[in-house]
Amino acid sequence: MRVTFTANGKPVEADDVWEGESLLYVLRERVGLPGSKNACEQGECGSCTVYLDDVPVCSCLVAAGQVQDREVRTVEGLGGEDGELGLVQQAFVDAGAVQCGFCTPGLLVQTDALLEQDAQPSDADIREALSGNLCRCTGYEKIMDAVRLASARKCAGERAGGAVAE
Amino acid sequence: MNARTSAQNSAGTGAGTGARTSTGTSTGTGARTIQGQKNLQDIRQSSKDGIGGSPLRPDGTLKVRGEFAYSSDMWHEDMLWGMALRSPHPRANILSVDISEALAVPGVYAVLTHEDIPGAKYYGLEIADQPALAIDRIRYHGESIALVAADHPETARRAVKKIKVEYEVLTPIVTEEQCLDPETYGYVHEPHEYKSHAYGNICHEQKLVSGLGVTDEVRALADVVVSGTYEVGMQDQAFLGPESGLAVPAEDGGIDLYIATQWLHVDRQQMAPVLGLPEEKVRLTLAGVGGAFGGREDLSMQIHACLLAQRTGKPVKIVYSRDESFFGHVHRHPAKMYYEHGATRDGKLVYADARIVLDGGAYASASPAVVGNAASLGHGPYVVPNVRMHAIALYSNNPSCGAMRGFGAVQAAFGYETQMDRLAAELGMDPVELRQLNAMQQGDLMPTGQEIDAPAPVAELLRRVKDMPLPPPLDTDDLDVRLLPGALSNTSHGEGIVRGVGYSVGIKNVGFSEGFDDYSTARVRLEVIGGEPVAMVHTAMAEVGQGGVTVHAQIARTELGVEQVTIHPANTEVGSAGSTSASRQTYMTGGAVKLAAEAVKRELIEKGRRRYGWTQQDLTLAGGKVVSESAGALVSMVDLLGEDAIDLTREHHHRPTVPFDKETGQGFGHVQYTFCANRAVVDVDVELGLVKVVELTAVQDVGKALNPLSVVGQIQGGCTQALGLAVMEEIIVRDGKVRNASFTDYLIPTILDTPPIPVEILELPDPHAPYGLRGVGEAPTVSATPSIVAAIRNATGLALRRIPVRPEHLTTERPGEL
Amino acid sequence: MEFLRPATWDEALAAKAEHPTALPISGGTDVMVEMNFDVHRPPAILDLNRVTELTEWSNDGEVVRLGAAVPYSRIIDELSGPLPGLALAAHTVGSPQIRNRGGVGGNLGAASPAGDSHPALLAAGRDVLVEAASVRGTRLIPIDDFYVGVKRNCLEPDELIRAVRIPVADGPQQFSKIGTRNAMVIAVCAFGFALHPRSGTVGTGIGSAAPTPRRAVEAEEYLRDVLAERGLWESGELLGAEVIQRFGELVKAAASPIDDVRGTADYRRHALAVMARRTLTWTWNDYRKQIRSAA
Repeated sequence: MRVTFTANGKPVEADDVWEGESLLYVLRERVGLPGSKNACEQGECGSCTVYLDDVPVCSCLVAAGQVQDREVRTVEGLGGEDGELGLVQQAFVDAGAVQCGFCTPGLLVQTDALLEQDAQPSDADIREALSGNLCRCTGYEKIMDAVRLASARKCAGERAGGAVAE
Repeated sequence: MNARTSAQNSAGTGAGTGARTSTGTSTGTGARTIQGQKNLQDIRQSSKDGIGGSPLRPDGTLKVRGEFAYSSDMWHEDMLWGMALRSPHPRANILSVDISEALAVPGVYAVLTHEDIPGAKYYGLEIADQPALAIDRIRYHGESIALVAADHPETARRAVKKIKVEYEVLTPIVTEEQCLDPETYGYVHEPHEYKSHAYGNICHEQKLVSGLGVTDEVRALADVVVSGTYEVGMQDQAFLGPESGLAVPAEDGGIDLYIATQWLHVDRQQMAPVLGLPEEKVRLTLAGVGGAFGGREDLSMQIHACLLAQRTGKPVKIVYSRDESFFGHVHRHPAKMYYEHGATRDGKLVYADARIVLDGGAYASASPAVVGNAASLGHGPYVVPNVRMHAIALYSNNPSCGAMRGFGAVQAAFGYETQMDRLAAELGMDPVELRQLNAMQQGDLMPTGQEIDAPAPVAELLRRVKDMPLPPPLDTDDLDVRLLPGALSNTSHGEGIVRGVGYSVGIKNVGFSEGFDDYSTARVRLEVIGGEPVAMVHTAMAEVGQGGVTVHAQIARTELGVEQVTIHPANTEVGSAGSTSASRQTYMTGGAVKLAAEAVKRELIEKGRRRYGWTQQDLTLAGGKVVSESAGALVSMVDLLGEDAIDLTREHHHRPTVPFDKETGQGFGHVQYTFCANRAVVDVDVELGLVKVVELTAVQDVGKALNPLSVVGQIQGGCTQALGLAVMEEIIVRDGKVRNASFTDYLIPTILDTPPIPVEILELPDPHAPYGLRGVGEAPTVSATPSIVAAIRNATGLALRRIPVRPEHLTTERPGEL
Repeated sequence: MEFLRPATWDEALAAKAEHPTALPISGGTDVMVEMNFDVHRPPAILDLNRVTELTEWSNDGEVVRLGAAVPYSRIIDELSGPLPGLALAAHTVGSPQIRNRGGVGGNLGAASPAGDSHPALLAAGRDVLVEAASVRGTRLIPIDDFYVGVKRNCLEPDELIRAVRIPVADGPQQFSKIGTRNAMVIAVCAFGFALHPRSGTVGTGIGSAAPTPRRAVEAEEYLRDVLAERGLWESGELLGAEVIQRFGELVKAAASPIDDVRGTADYRRHALAVMARRTLTWTWNDYRKQIRSAA
């Protein structure tokens, strides 16, 4: 079957999609967006997390046919227009939260969603929000640091932005 | 320094000196595109940070953009998908294999069995005892029998299901008793098939006797004796990036493989004979590696993808699913251990006696090295005057076991550290004091007779970890269920929760042992690019996440006084870098980068002397210039180099070691030792048997932290894998069959299971190591598990002789309580 | 394999009538795992994502009509008042990402004894109704009749789950679940409990400890009788250790668990008794506070 949807703001089309294929497979193998990762393909690791119509979901558990005409945003779409790293991306690099990096794309999307909802989450809120994203390298400590850093920068940016607006 | 540099090798690595950086496009098929190949080209990074700083990872930006190409991201026009048929039985004779229906499936390009293998049929890391595809016999659940290449994974899956295999199912040999009685239960490998010192289902054996050994006379010297049997379950590395890679057939009849591995050259060494190719025609490039932890030391899909590519003439990609991954790599050896310790009334150890039985499963993998570690490190970081050790690895029809972070030492540490706590209780001593009283230090002898000739601050680590402030007690007035055992599962609102604290310390060796010359090669090139001096570092080191690439760049900056460093993709165009394992890469390949950079520095300064007639003896490179300490800056490197490049390759060998004597275990067997001490604080819901680790503190001597941020990250990650082994991680095998090959039932710690992990690092330089550094990756994985179990014991009063500790062990059944 | 994409509920019912073996998919959190791991190859997949009314709920003050595909995250955010037990259960489902996709309809469709919704639905009362629809019409199936075997429910091949009708809570409700880690676990066992002061009854639900989700009938009856006989609904007096203990024992006796990789039968029984005692204590404490503040 043919599936057309929007990926990171651009229309994409995939042909000859097998009906049992996941969104993750379509992204990785058919439309050139391999950033979302294939660690478990059973919704247990979060490494394939993408926004589907602004809601973070495991793309391995979305059937390709279900995204027809919908909007998908992946890790590749988290950067700025000018090619700069997004705030969450930069914080992960700066805090040393990236080791092998296989969990990173999913964590970035999930963290982005968390901070969109609550720019200043408590540690317990961060842990709850990221409890579906497994990391095998870091022991999560640097990931906590990265989210706190992103939160601080976001809040500082909002304060600065607010001041300018006034 | 014992590191030897073989200057004559610098030209012999095949690395060449030209500007050939054509990785990623060097395939003979003129590959139009390999998707997301940015990390398969040079990564350039500018920074001021040399060693001791914490510059950002050169690959970090690509990784957070989703542009870093992992092995499973490889994509090639016209590529096929490979898949293996695996055995549902742990032990069987294969009576027939019929591939005709599978071949007839539209979209299937090839179906192969062992009969299609062009070269040698067996391979192996240490012992070539494993068939690339099963030959007449199945020795473990999940052994691969046949391969399919097809146009889509689903086509391949359907075809795999159409391969008809007729089995004669046999009773698997799975228990220690069965393995050690082959006359009754049979052989996993027939004795005539043994390719090493194996006998009677024992793959490898190491004995050790030191002092007077353990005799009745020695036992009589002890006032207190503590003994017990301990058990460690089968842990999985559970790296997140599944085994995967892309094999591209080349016009020269060779093959290019883009692969996630821990050691490119040893992969090639095992692959080439099976593929019937000379090694130089098997070219490997490291694709992005999604974690390893030992699980990529052995081959997984490498040979299979190449066989299919050879047969079809098309690029072939194989990506394991998570369940296949559990069958596709070796695991941590499960262990059954008997330990007996004797001590005087004042707490001095008199003797240690241990028998450690490791289940190696169907094939040897790294079993011999695991046995060597267990025997030689099994007494722990303690001075024990009389020791007797006996370690064996069994052949069985269980899953193969091999390398996993801290191997041999992890299992033993659970035994000896539990013994230390029990001994302390028996003596009425503080468990930390007992450990400090017996702690080894520099100058002491290992039971192998090897002198500890570098700092061994075991007592100091314990002192520091005990001095760290404790976390506040549970606030019962303002409970957040997310912080309690069970968390969001809402099992307790404070009921049944008891806090416990436990301590432990561990020892691990660094580098390959027992006579293995696991040298590393590095090529460093210095030239002017865009008006700036740029150092390029080219090694075959497998960056698996540990941050080796960051450290290589730091070393190049420190030695060459440049800011711009280019990391060349790791491949087999340069000499071996050895394995990314045994905590060895910074020591070994970092050391090789240091040697090569020093050689480049010397050559550049010589060039200056020839040109300018400098006579100063205090010349070095700094800030992009040749600098004399007395006379100041002499010339910029840009001017001195001009159009020239200096491109040198060096090998780094660690000091030689020898194999342990098989009967006495004596010998200078290890390169370096490393130590970590932990304190765990846990809250246990004693009614439900649920555990929440509240804090896990680590203090480790790292010799020299080349990159403190990465060092701390390694220690925290190592602690977390130890946490997993303590309370949740186990591959459950019943009658040889794996029962939980998924992330639904093989559980690894989430962020809600993982506590704050305060880390303190000591830097006591090892005079034998580059920059005095000490390998860091494994020590915390060795030491942290026993501290967590000790804390649970402290909270519950239970004996807990088996890990992982499960809820039922704390409630309805209590192993070791009887 | 066919991929059917009805745009409306009527189209969905028509598609299911035409393809009774089609596997409905909504959040995909069960179905796609089976697809990815090659467990299941249905002749057709029936995607319900476009049927928007499935993600809607309504509350008439007495009963919440919960669309089959309202994701767990919205149950937590929007329905923890009227459906506190189900909201607590929803909070234990998988991960945040899973909770953004999965809904009660999927749990009911799969009918796994480990489904997290089931104990909460059972505890919510015997008048919880599963609204099953087909081109032939709509059936309201009492929750007690819905589960018929291991991963089997009583739906006809042409039926789809439209909604669940759950009485608005008239008393405190709780849910507890055992897992061997602190997030993202399939239940080793689970227990849902609800006080229904208006009817003078209590509700229980046991998960992962029998071939199907089930209630602890004797435990419910025992507690109902004790509460009535001793006038505890009115007095709000403490229950006493004996009653709590007995209730736990009866819950334990109602289970018929097995040993598997996730836990032993003995442990499951033991843990159910503990969870039963604790959830009873929590709810009763809340109830006492309620009647005291009302007094």
